[in-house]
Amino acid sequence: MSGKQCFVSVKLISPKYMFITKYIKEVFGAVKSLAIGMKRTIYYFTHHKEIITQEYPDNRDTLVLPERFKGEVVMPHNENNEHRCTGCQACELACPNGTIKVIFKNELTPEGKKKKAIDKLVYHLELCTMCNLCVEACPSDAIKMAQTFEHSVYDRNQLTKILNKPGSKIMEGVE
Amino acid sequence: MWSFRHIANEIHAWLSANFNPTLTLIIEMVLAGVAVIGLFAALGLVLVLMERRVAAWIQIRLGPNRVGPKGLLQSLADTLKLIVKEGLTPDGADKLMFNVAPFIAMIVAMLLMAPIAFAKDFQLWDLNIGVLFVSAVSSLMVISILMAGWSSNNKYSLLGAMRSGAQIVSYELSAGLSILTIVVFTGSLQVSDIIHAQADGWWIFKGHLPVWIAFVIFIIAVTAETNRAPFDLAEAESELTAGFHTEYSGMKFALFFLAEYINVFIVCAIGATLFLGGWMPFHIGNWEGFNRVMDYIPSSIWFFGKTFFLIFVIMWFRWTFPRLRIDQLLNLEWKYLLPISMINLLVATAMAILGWHF
Amino acid sequence: MYEEVGTTTEGDLVINVGPQHPATHGVLHLVITLNGETIKKVEPHLGYIHRSIEKMCESLSYRQFIYVTSRMDYLSSHINNHACALCVEKGLQVEIPPRAQVIRILMDELTRIASHELWWGAMAMDLGAFTPFFHAFRERESINDIMEETCGARLTMNYMVPGGVMQDIHPNFQKRVKDFLVQYKKKIHEYDELVTGNIIFQNRMKGIGYLSPEDAISYGCTGPAARGSGVSSDIRKLYPYEIYDKLEFDEVLETAGDSFARYMVRIREMQQSIRIIEQLIDNIPEGDFQAKTKAVLKLPKGEFYTRVETARGELGVYIVSEGGTTPYRIKFRSPGFSNLSVLDHIARGSKIGDLVAMMGTLDLVIPDIDR
Repeated sequence: MSGKQCFVSVKLISPKYMFITKYIKEVFGAVKSLAIGMKRTIYYFTHHKEIITQEYPDNRDTLVLPERFKGEVVMPHNENNEHRCTGCQACELACPNGTIKVIFKNELTPEGKKKKAIDKLVYHLELCTMCNLCVEACPSDAIKMAQTFEHSVYDRNQLTKILNKPGSKIMEGVE
Repeated sequence: MWSFRHIANEIHAWLSANFNPTLTLIIEMVLAGVAVIGLFAALGLVLVLMERRVAAWIQIRLGPNRVGPKGLLQSLADTLKLIVKEGLTPDGADKLMFNVAPFIAMIVAMLLMAPIAFAKDFQLWDLNIGVLFVSAVSSLMVISILMAGWSSNNKYSLLGAMRSGAQIVSYELSAGLSILTIVVFTGSLQVSDIIHAQADGWWIFKGHLPVWIAFVIFIIAVTAETNRAPFDLAEAESELTAGFHTEYSGMKFALFFLAEYINVFIVCAIGATLFLGGWMPFHIGNWEGFNRVMDYIPSSIWFFGKTFFLIFVIMWFRWTFPRLRIDQLLNLEWKYLLPISMINLLVATAMAILGWHF
Repeated sequence: MYEEVGTTTEGDLVINVGPQHPATHGVLHLVITLNGETIKKVEPHLGYIHRSIEKMCESLSYRQFIYVTSRMDYLSSHINNHACALCVEKGLQVEIPPRAQVIRILMDELTRIASHELWWGAMAMDLGAFTPFFHAFRERESINDIMEETCGARLTMNYMVPGGVMQDIHPNFQKRVKDFLVQYKKKIHEYDELVTGNIIFQNRMKGIGYLSPEDAISYGCTGPAARGSGVSSDIRKLYPYEIYDKLEFDEVLETAGDSFARYMVRIREMQQSIRIIEQLIDNIPEGDFQAKTKAVLKLPKGEFYTRVETARGELGVYIVSEGGTTPYRIKFRSPGFSNLSVLDHIARGSKIGDLVAMMGTLDLVIPDIDR
C-alpha cells in the first residue's frame, strides 16, 4: 500500500469515529446534568428543616406583623376616650378615591366662640387601597395604620366604619 | 407465619372440600376478581397520597396534613369529591366510545395483574409466556387513549391523544428490548422461573453492565409508556389544559386517574420482578447470619418494598425535570434509546453465552 | 410572505389559547392558526384587563396618581412609582436629597431581583418543571419581608413620592438586606443545577424563537428581550437617572438572539443587581429622605417625559400639563406592549410547545400591556 492510499483511508474513517465519540459524549453529558438536578431535589426531600411553610390558621397566636404594615386606618384613643382629630379634612382631600368622609358639627368653645369639631369620621374599608396618603397628610397625627389583615365579613355594611368612638372628644392642646 | 400462600391454600382446601371442582374454580375466580378490585382501591388511595406528599417535600413545603391524622384520609376525601361530581358528556361527542374508553383502560390494568407474583407462590396465573403477555397487553392502553381523544369532539383532546399514541407505540420497543435482556440471561419467559433464577442474587448485581444499562433504559421507557413527566405532554396542563381527558369529569375521570396510577404500579412491579428479584430477599454471598435474618422478613414485604422504591424513583423524575417536546421525545427514542438497547442486547447475549455473569 | 388577518387555507386548525389559561401570565387571548403542530400565525387579542388607568389619572392630583401605577406592572411596582415620581420632579425642578436617591435605587434593584425570580419560577413551570417555582418564591418571600418592614406592603408598595420617599428606612433594613444577600448567593448556584444546566431545558430553549437585532429595533423591543439579541438598550447605562452613572455594573448582552440567550440575560441581570446592592448597602448617606415640597403640587404648563428601566424593559411616563393641580393627559409607554408585538414574528414556523417557551422568555405581564 502506498503512502497516498494510507492517507485516503484514514480520512474516510475518522469522521465516523468522531460521530461515535460525539454521540457517547452527548449521552454522558446529558445523564450527568440530569443526575445533578436529581441530587438537588433529593437533598430537599430529605432535609425537612428547609420547609418554610407557616400553617396559617393554627399559628394566629404567634403571628407578628411589622409595625409599618398597612392593614386598615384606625384612630387611636387614649384612656380618657380622647382622640386628636381636629376635623381639618386634610385626609379627605388627600385620599385618591373618596374613602374618608369627615362629617362635622359646630361646637362652642369655653370662650363662647363657634369652632368646628368632628361628629363622625366615616371610613369605607371596601374602597381603601391602603396607600398611606391620608396618614401622611394628617397634621395632628390623629390616624394611623393598624396591622389587621383579616377583613372578610359576610355583610357589606360592616365595612363602612366610623373611626371615632362614641362619646369621645378631642384631646387638649391639639391644633 | 400467615403468608399469602398459606391463606390461599387454606381457602382452596376449604372450597374443594365443600363444593364440586367446577364451582370451586368459579368461586375462586370471583374471589380473585374481588381481591384485585380491592387492591386497586387500596393502591389508588395510597399512591395518590404518596404522590402529593413526595411532591410537597421535594418542593420545600408540607403536603396535605389536615384531613385525618397526618393527612391520611385525604384520598378518601378526593374520591368522595370525584364521585359526587357531575359527569358531563359534551354535545356532539360519540356517546358509545366516550363512555367505554375509561373502562377499557381499567380492563387493561386488571388483566396485567394476572402474571405478577406478589409473594412466594402467590400468583394469579403463572403462564409460560408471562413476560410476553405483560408486554402485549400493555399495548392495548393506546386504544383507550385514542378513543377518549377522538370521541371528545374537542381539538385539544385530539391533539393530546395523537401525541400520546405516537409516544406509547414508540417507547414499547425500548421497554421490550430491556425486558429481553433479562429473558436472555434467564432463558425463560415464565415469571416464576425468572424469580427463581435470582435466588443467589438479584439480576442487577449478577449481570453487571448490560443489566445496569437495561435497567436505566427500562425506567425511562416505562415513564414514557405511562404518560408521566417528563413525557406527559398528552396531559400537559400549561399547554393543552389536560389533553385527552379534558372533557371527562366525575367518575369517568376518576377511572382514568386511577388507571394511570395502577399502570405505574404495574410497570414498577415488572421492573422489580425482572431486575430486583421480585419477592426474593436480599442475600449477600456467604454471610449466613445476614441471609437468615433477611429470610425472616416476609416475601410480600420485599416485593412491595421494591415496587414502592421504584415508584418513588418515577415520582422523583416527575418533580425534577421539565417536559420534552414531541419531536424531542421521539428523537430520544429512535436515535438514542433504541440503538443503545439493541447493542446492549447483543452484548448481553454474548455474555450469557460466554458465562461472564455471576 | 405574511398572510392577511383572517385568511386560512385548507386544513388549518384555529385554536384559542386563553383568556383563561395557565400559561399566559394573565388574561391574554391568542388566536393561533396551526397546520398540524406548526404555527402559521399568532394574533394576540388584548384588552381583557383594561382599567383605563391613564384616564383615571386625569382626575387625580400629582401626589395621588402614583398609587395607581403600582398596579400596572405589579411585579416591578417600585420602579413604576419611581418613574412617575421622577417625571413630576422634572416638572417641579426639585432637587432630590442623596439619601433618598440611594434608598430609591436599593428598592429598585431589590424589586428587579424579585421580578426576575418570579419570571424564572413561572417560566420553569410553563415548561413542566414544578419545583423551581417554589424555590423562586422562597427567595421572593425574603424580599417581600424586607419590603414589608420598611414600606408596609408586599406587592403594591406606594413608597415613592415626588421629592423622595415616604418614610425613612427601618433600622433593621441594612442588616436584613445583608443577611438576604448572604443567603441568596448560596442559593443562586442551585438554579444552575436545577434549571440552567439541565439538558432538557437547554434543548427546549436553544434555537427557539430567533429575534434578529434589526427586528428587535424596528418592533421597539427593549429590556432583556432586545439585549438577548445584542441590542444595547439599558436605560441605566444609556440615559442614567439618579446616581446610576456613579455605580459599577455591566450591561448584560448576548448575541445569540434565541430564547436561551434571553434567559441567560435575565439570570446575569440578577447577579448584576446583587453587585449594585452590595456597592450601596453600606454607603447610605445621611440626610433627609424627602425634599421639601408644597402640600399641593402644581406643574407648570408644558410636556415632560422620563424613562426608566423596569424588569421588563423601558417604561416611559409622559405628562402633559396645563398648569393645574391635575394633569391634562398622562401616557405610559409600556415595555410589554412592544415586546408582545414581536411574538407573531418569532413564532411563525415553530411548534406549540415552543410558543409557551417564547412567551416565557419575553416575560409578558398582561396588566402592563392593557393598563
